[in-house]
Amino acid sequence: MKITVNVWRQQDAESKGSMVPYVLDEVSEHMSFLEMLDVLNEQLTLEGNDPVAFDSDCREGICGTCGVVINGIPHGPEVTTTCQLHMRTFKDGDVIDIEPWRAGSFPVIKDLVVDRGAFDRIIQAGGYISAPTGSAVEANNIPVPKADADHAFEAATCISCGACVAACPNGSAMLFTAAKITHLGLLPQGQPERDSRVLGMVEQHDAEGFGGCTNIGECTAACPKGIPLDTISRLNRDLLGALSRQTIG
Amino acid sequence: MTSTPNATGDVTPDAPTGASSETETEYHRLGEDIRDTAAPSGPIERRWDDRMFGARLVNPANRRKIKVLVVGTGLAGASAAATLGEAGYQVETFCYQDSPRRAHSIAAQGGINAAKNYRNDGDSIYRLFYDTVKGGDFRARESNVYRLAQVSVNIIDQCVAQGVPFAREYGGLLDNRSFGGVQVSRTFYARGQTGQQLLIGAYQALERQIAAGTVTMNTRHEMLELILVPDAEGVERARGIVVRDMVTGEIESHTADAVVLATGGYGNVFFLSTNAMGSNTTATWRAHKKGAYFANPCYTQIHPTCIPVSGDYQSKLTLMSESLRNDGRIWVPKNKEDAEKDPRDIAEDDRDYYLERIYPSFGNLVPRDIASRAAKYQCDDGKGVGPGGLGVYLDFADAIERLGRPAVEAKYGNLFDMYARITGEDPYERPMRIYPAVHYVMGGLWVDYDLQTNITGLFCAGEANFSDHGANRLGASALMQGLADGYFVLPNTLADYLAGSPFEKIADDHPAVLEARQAVEERLQKMLAINGTRTVDSIHKELGQIMWEYCGMERSEEGLTKAIGLIRELQNEFWTNVKVTGTNEELNQTLERAGRVADFLELGELMCIDALNRRESCGGHFRAESQTEDGEALRHDDEFAYVSAWEHPAEVGGKPILHKEPLEYEYVEMKARSYK
Repeated sequence: MKITVNVWRQQDAESKGSMVPYVLDEVSEHMSFLEMLDVLNEQLTLEGNDPVAFDSDCREGICGTCGVVINGIPHGPEVTTTCQLHMRTFKDGDVIDIEPWRAGSFPVIKDLVVDRGAFDRIIQAGGYISAPTGSAVEANNIPVPKADADHAFEAATCISCGACVAACPNGSAMLFTAAKITHLGLLPQGQPERDSRVLGMVEQHDAEGFGGCTNIGECTAACPKGIPLDTISRLNRDLLGALSRQTIG
Repeated sequence: MTSTPNATGDVTPDAPTGASSETETEYHRLGEDIRDTAAPSGPIERRWDDRMFGARLVNPANRRKIKVLVVGTGLAGASAAATLGEAGYQVETFCYQDSPRRAHSIAAQGGINAAKNYRNDGDSIYRLFYDTVKGGDFRARESNVYRLAQVSVNIIDQCVAQGVPFAREYGGLLDNRSFGGVQVSRTFYARGQTGQQLLIGAYQALERQIAAGTVTMNTRHEMLELILVPDAEGVERARGIVVRDMVTGEIESHTADAVVLATGGYGNVFFLSTNAMGSNTTATWRAHKKGAYFANPCYTQIHPTCIPVSGDYQSKLTLMSESLRNDGRIWVPKNKEDAEKDPRDIAEDDRDYYLERIYPSFGNLVPRDIASRAAKYQCDDGKGVGPGGLGVYLDFADAIERLGRPAVEAKYGNLFDMYARITGEDPYERPMRIYPAVHYVMGGLWVDYDLQTNITGLFCAGEANFSDHGANRLGASALMQGLADGYFVLPNTLADYLAGSPFEKIADDHPAVLEARQAVEERLQKMLAINGTRTVDSIHKELGQIMWEYCGMERSEEGLTKAIGLIRELQNEFWTNVKVTGTNEELNQTLERAGRVADFLELGELMCIDALNRRESCGGHFRAESQTEDGEALRHDDEFAYVSAWEHPAEVGGKPILHKEPLEYEYVEMKARSYK
């Protein structure tokens, strides 16, 4: 099928960008979306033009590297990662807009590539359990009720792709932050640092310039892993508790 | 070349020019035998304790004066960097991804083995050791494998303490499942994403150290050269690396007291593999060209349960965890005419469950190499299904009937979803189609028991080294090895080396540093200047086709010889006709790929030379000339019970030099594998 793509081209962080149209004459419905971009890049290279820079790595939906805004929706019209979107979702003659994640805290590096270093810094601010190597007790000495383990796992499936931020009108990273708070906060191992974790991570989240959450829910709708919105309620509850204990303490 | 490994360790001299066929072939020269001198002797269960006790220690107050570079942040790299940071060393880490959490360990699905014996089904450290030596087809070192089995139990404890959400039973205790190649349930898992959960555990430990200031992280940085500096005694030591900042193109040098490479495997030499797009051999290959031996490069694992290729635009292959083989049944139509039919219309009697038929005791759970080759033979025989006849069925109809759909969904739901998304077919309704794909490489940089390469001060961990899996890796053992190396082995053995430091500080303008930087800059400029007519990907795809055809599931003398010729032509094509657009001083993904493909082209040639030399079949290496009457792999222990450690020739265009490390088995009797 024939597809036209309008791609955001921007030489570097300082340059001004613009949408540039390209036409692809032979796109197979079985191609993945990124394979369609590979074909475009082969075409551009042979013409002596600069290929479109975009991030991807595992191309099986788990590493979280890829992610572009497709026709205004992060990762496109299906609830999945960009690499797992296939061209069978589109039809002959379609025009597709492709843009980088749109968020002030994710500055563009080039074309569709953005800097998501803020996510690592939020994790540094408390998104862990302090368990130095060698200090662990026998694994089955820490039983975890299956329901808690399953809920913790569900939150831990976050791949840090950043679609939640790109989808949020406030540019908030609350879903990302809340997923980690939920994962670690539901486990017995995560209890000792539960207060310091939520205080540190939320402070860093705000310092990175991410917006606040106003319960719109675009984040969870765009999330390829289906991280539920109630993780944010859990974050708020933990934050309130931690703040009150901090005040009293 | 017919010499046998020299069991007494006597020296075989380097071949002089014009040597006889004993010491030189058309493609390689024979060097001296080598030994793993770091390995302790004595009872196998005491060796690791003895080594730890014998290792020198570094006073905590001195550790902060010592610097270690860790390249790669997958399970091995992240766990090593975090643990070394916790110990108080200055650690600097590098990864090509935008975050350490994205390393390809993340994509491992099935699980991680540990000899916990929580099932009370007869498992033990000794059994895990035995299974791994046997599964590796007697081409791994007993000492290394035993240590791996020993520390496996600590890994699970460590990961649980970090909050890794392993699958649990209703009582709250950890769940296990069984995995290919073994008869006990020792695999711990986190639904279909064990790799991601373990990596996040290591990543969080790493980020904690970054916040504590013990680790400095450099993302989007790719190592392009190793810096060697001779010490006062004239011993060349690894003292640093040259990296390229992939955002600005700036070439940077970093120096330290030791260098750890944990840069993963080189499966992308095949272009199509289950590896991530960026996975590459550049760090290990650059180290090899600086003198590090490359061991067993031909040992490649082809994974039996991948989603078949759909077209020539295909950029990578997707693996589905072989845990699917626990409940799925593999079959092809008995009659070729049925290959095109809807599988649901093929009667039970007209299906050939060939693994269950040929291997009644292991059935669908035979090791990966056997399952892969069996699928190839069915397809070669015209019974393959799907596009191009390159696929076999993996059927869950029985499992759904036996366990119910909810149970199957709970166990494999995300894999089924992934399959449906990629193929557009519903695996709950219709059998999956699967075909083998390159998945893992057992070969890698040669290391001793301490994980030190033959270059002093250069260590190598995880898939990047060759050490623990022999000629074939068992399922759920890669995660185990990566974390064993990073959390438990390296922090001890590296300390022994660092006890001799801090070494003399290396200035940024040291001749060795300048020389390494200059080599990197010249190479980049050379690639940018060619401005030919072939894209980097087109050359990479051509290399991949050569490797898959002649150095894939089945290899022969004729095919390998042909492949070497084709690869040499392609190397020439690359250096005269590749087109790399843009400049160095920007984010340039074409330039990044070009550098990696240039290294794959050289590695591919060495893989074929290694495969040609090994005139036996073992594990992931199957030589057509070496099989039994029933087509099973036939080892030649009298001739080939050795590790092939390849030295890069000093002269341009010279032949690689083969050093043999004889393998001896004191505990597990060498016998032909049988899974029948």
